Amino acid sequence: MTINTEWETVIGLEIHTQLSTKTKIFSGASTTYGAEPNTQACIISLGMPGVLPVLNEDAVRKAVIFGMAIEAEIAAHSVFARKNYFYPDLPKGYQISQFELPIVGKGFLDIEVDGEIKRIGVTRAHLEEDAGKSLHENFHGATGIDLNRAGTPLLEIVSEPDMRSAKEAVAYMRKLHELVRYLGICDGNMQEGSFRCDANVSVRPKGQEEFGTRAEIKNINSFKFVEKAINHEVERQIELIENGGRVVQETRLYDSVKDETRSMRSKEEANDYRYFPDPDLLPVFVSEELKAEIKAALPELPEAKKLRFKTDYKLNDESATILTSSRDLADYFESVVKISGCESAICANWITGELSAALNRADLEIATSPINAERFAGLVARIADDTISGKIGKQVFEFLWDGSESADEIIEKQGLKQITDTGAIEAIIDTILAANEKQAEQYRGGNEKMFGFFVGQVMKAMQGKGNPAEINKILKAKLA
Amino acid sequence: MLSVIEVKEIAHLARLGIEDENVSAYADDLNGILMLMAQMSELNTDGVKAMAHPMDQVQRLRLDNVTENNQRDYFQTIAPQTEDGLYLVPKVIE
Amino acid sequence: MHNKTITELAQGLRAKEFSSVELTQHFLNRVNKHADLNAFITVTADLALQAAQLADVRIAKGEAGLLTGIPMAHKDIFCTQDVKTTCGSKMLDNFIAPYNATVVDKLNAVGVVNLGKLNMDEFAMGSSNETSFYGTVKNPWNKNAVAGGSSGGSAAAVAAKLAVCVTGTDTGGSIRQPAAFCGVSGIKPTYGRVSRFGMIAYASSLDQGGSMARSAEDCAILLQSMAGFDAKDSTSVDTPVPDYCVDLNKPLTGLKIGLPKEFFTSDLNADMAATLQTAIEEYKKLGAEFKEVSMPNLKYAIPAYYVIASAECSSNLSRYDGVRFGYRCENPADLNDLYTRSRGEAFGKEVKRRILMGTYALSSGYYDAYYLKAQQVRRLISEDFKNVLSEVDVIFSPVTPTPAFNIGEKTANPIEMYLADIYTIAINLAGLPAISIPAGFINEMPVGLQLIGNYFDEARLLNVAHVYQNTTDWHKQSPT
Repeated sequence: MTINTEWETVIGLEIHTQLSTKTKIFSGASTTYGAEPNTQACIISLGMPGVLPVLNEDAVRKAVIFGMAIEAEIAAHSVFARKNYFYPDLPKGYQISQFELPIVGKGFLDIEVDGEIKRIGVTRAHLEEDAGKSLHENFHGATGIDLNRAGTPLLEIVSEPDMRSAKEAVAYMRKLHELVRYLGICDGNMQEGSFRCDANVSVRPKGQEEFGTRAEIKNINSFKFVEKAINHEVERQIELIENGGRVVQETRLYDSVKDETRSMRSKEEANDYRYFPDPDLLPVFVSEELKAEIKAALPELPEAKKLRFKTDYKLNDESATILTSSRDLADYFESVVKISGCESAICANWITGELSAALNRADLEIATSPINAERFAGLVARIADDTISGKIGKQVFEFLWDGSESADEIIEKQGLKQITDTGAIEAIIDTILAANEKQAEQYRGGNEKMFGFFVGQVMKAMQGKGNPAEINKILKAKLA
Repeated sequence: MLSVIEVKEIAHLARLGIEDENVSAYADDLNGILMLMAQMSELNTDGVKAMAHPMDQVQRLRLDNVTENNQRDYFQTIAPQTEDGLYLVPKVIE
Repeated sequence: MHNKTITELAQGLRAKEFSSVELTQHFLNRVNKHADLNAFITVTADLALQAAQLADVRIAKGEAGLLTGIPMAHKDIFCTQDVKTTCGSKMLDNFIAPYNATVVDKLNAVGVVNLGKLNMDEFAMGSSNETSFYGTVKNPWNKNAVAGGSSGGSAAAVAAKLAVCVTGTDTGGSIRQPAAFCGVSGIKPTYGRVSRFGMIAYASSLDQGGSMARSAEDCAILLQSMAGFDAKDSTSVDTPVPDYCVDLNKPLTGLKIGLPKEFFTSDLNADMAATLQTAIEEYKKLGAEFKEVSMPNLKYAIPAYYVIASAECSSNLSRYDGVRFGYRCENPADLNDLYTRSRGEAFGKEVKRRILMGTYALSSGYYDAYYLKAQQVRRLISEDFKNVLSEVDVIFSPVTPTPAFNIGEKTANPIEMYLADIYTIAINLAGLPAISIPAGFINEMPVGLQLIGNYFDEARLLNVAHVYQNTTDWHKQSPT
């Protein structure tokens, strides 16, 4: 290998999404996050002698919803198989998964990188149960096992090795993240482990058809780390090969502190999972009726929504993108437009501007916004109809954020109504002009900038409540 | 035919402790059973669909409603070793 | 009292000739008296008497069914809440089940009195009840002979009249063979007829729970309350349970009985052939017509069974790892040691053999040759049965090649033990129902005949068995 070889990166992603069902995939135990250890581990979760699995209908439904959203084949019959290995967070000594016959077949996801659209293939998506958790700290020489998570339904989504850069991988991951939340099948909470990514990375000389040996980087739980981990791994592999070494097929863990990947002491040293169809479960049948029902009920997907926002609401690309980045935000926007009856532009501006900034500062999502769509619509309406100025609007916003009153109630209580009474404005302008004769002369003498000075003074005297348009009009007339 | 080494590998896959002095006896037993099983190869099964279950049925689905409540203390009365509600095992190094 | 049938006992209880408490105490005394048979692992005297008291109340109120207040016992494979449930193994010697098997719940609901848990081959693996951690069960007819397995304790308890009726399980003949060895009646229903929830799994696609008693009629009564759809068992079949008793006396005129030529070869022991011939003549007198039939693939049943059963059990038994319940070795050095030593010290030889066998059969490279092949052979055997059962109503066959062999006689060579399952094993592969009833004696030891029916045709099998028992008295014989 010469040092001048041009290398191509090949990446495939396996993403485990926890389906947001109320109960586990094979038992009626709750899946709520954060419960005390083992308080959501029923006899089935614990793998007690004699227990048997029964399949959660909503897990099937959510899997089919996903399959339809990526235009994949949905298997009429899919089979659960046992993946056998020993680990303390795997109570039965096997994981119920799907092997030869997954519920979702080939589909695709389009991503956009540097303005270009690229289609990434999805090989398959299958249902399986999650394992429990191991806690290694706090116990001297021992590990504590919490089986609350054991049995939570997962949809494992496997991509084709179609990505050629860390950037593409991140774009795919983001797209998928947005999609599963849009579909309402997964909450996408990476800190809580609802959305976990494993990356298969290999390199090959550009032009070579064969894939190089790949390494698997496990359990990356943020977009930032995905990019770093992949880039680091690519560098590692290239350096290894260029120095005469060979890439070994292995599992590696990304260390975000040291920014490096290291070989994992494998949980399953002898990777012979001895897959066979689970005899306690029967083949899963998805009828044409169910498929049709689900297809009809599919929520509007991000792409379609963005297009609609641009055409129907006449939004520019930037606003449309921001507002459709989450289903919740898009719904919020549409509610505000509907309730306020205002132009979409002003609604969009105030949401993407003031509201988004405040939410970011407080580290909140739109779903947990202290100002609901109704109250926010009230604010926008009053700005649009000139009851208050934009500047006063910001003050009202603060009150809305901190309290529970409506915009109208706040405006009333705080006396923030805009003053449009021409008589009142005139009187104040006269006072200001009288007190600032020198500046008035300067303006009349050609110093245009003085106009701004007078506007400022008038506004100050009116505590910001003056109607800017009226002020301008009257000032101009008086200074003429 | 399985060698003693292969039997040890299989025992490891199954996490089954077998005393060294017994391994060859198990190997003999297993080899006998394998010969029995090899009889199946006499039968032509080309095109025969594998039968996983006697009944040709499909999986019934369960409604997504919580039916199990917290019985941790009760279940842990029969546990070998627990602490603070967690099951304890010798430390696992990842 | 211990010679009475369920119906007679029910009448006696209603007529207040005796109470359930008296009846129960009577049987508990017998259990103690014959403790040397080693039929019971756990005797639950106090609980039994409590149940008897409750039963007496029900009887007095006129709310009793046939089984209310009747002393019975469960094979120690059924989980009984708050009562030790061992499955005949050291691995579960300390296991107090935290829930009831569905079968246990159903029988409790009709008011049975459970005397305790019956001895069995370890994890149901065995044909002689010699693999139990709790020692061998002795055949009441000859204490040097085996009682059969794996439901040896069940059969012995019925034969020695330690319980009126009992539950058993059958994966390859484990109800039928011990029934034949002990001169009692036992029925294995269609796969899916009786719930497997709480019935500790050996081979999930073959296991089935059934009833044993001194007559087909009493088997029918017990089965009636055991059978039925269970939503907690995905393999449970949702088809109504017919009345098993109403047609017990239906005449057999015109009944077509098949005689598989593969079972009636010159290999069949001469005494056994003669005994069965007598039974055949008896059936002819009762109006049945016999026809020779052929099931050419029967001989492959044994290898197919052992592949499937050991593969499934190797996976089912992975949950026994010393972590959440059951046996844990002392001072494990690390995780691997915990698993290996807990399982190594607590599982017996036969269980280990089958786990090793199953692990191998499923391992990489061997799956097609063994497991897949066995499932194909299974289909061919099932087709054989289907074909035959379209020409005849029931199939008649031996149950065992010989009467009960002596304790220790076959333990040296496991394969010889396996080959003795020749007449019973194929039925489990097909999932068909079959009943074993006493048909005579060879060298003063009981032997049985087997009737195999079509799917869910238990009522007919019980009828065909019952009519035979009306005109013969093999089943009325008792050991001295």
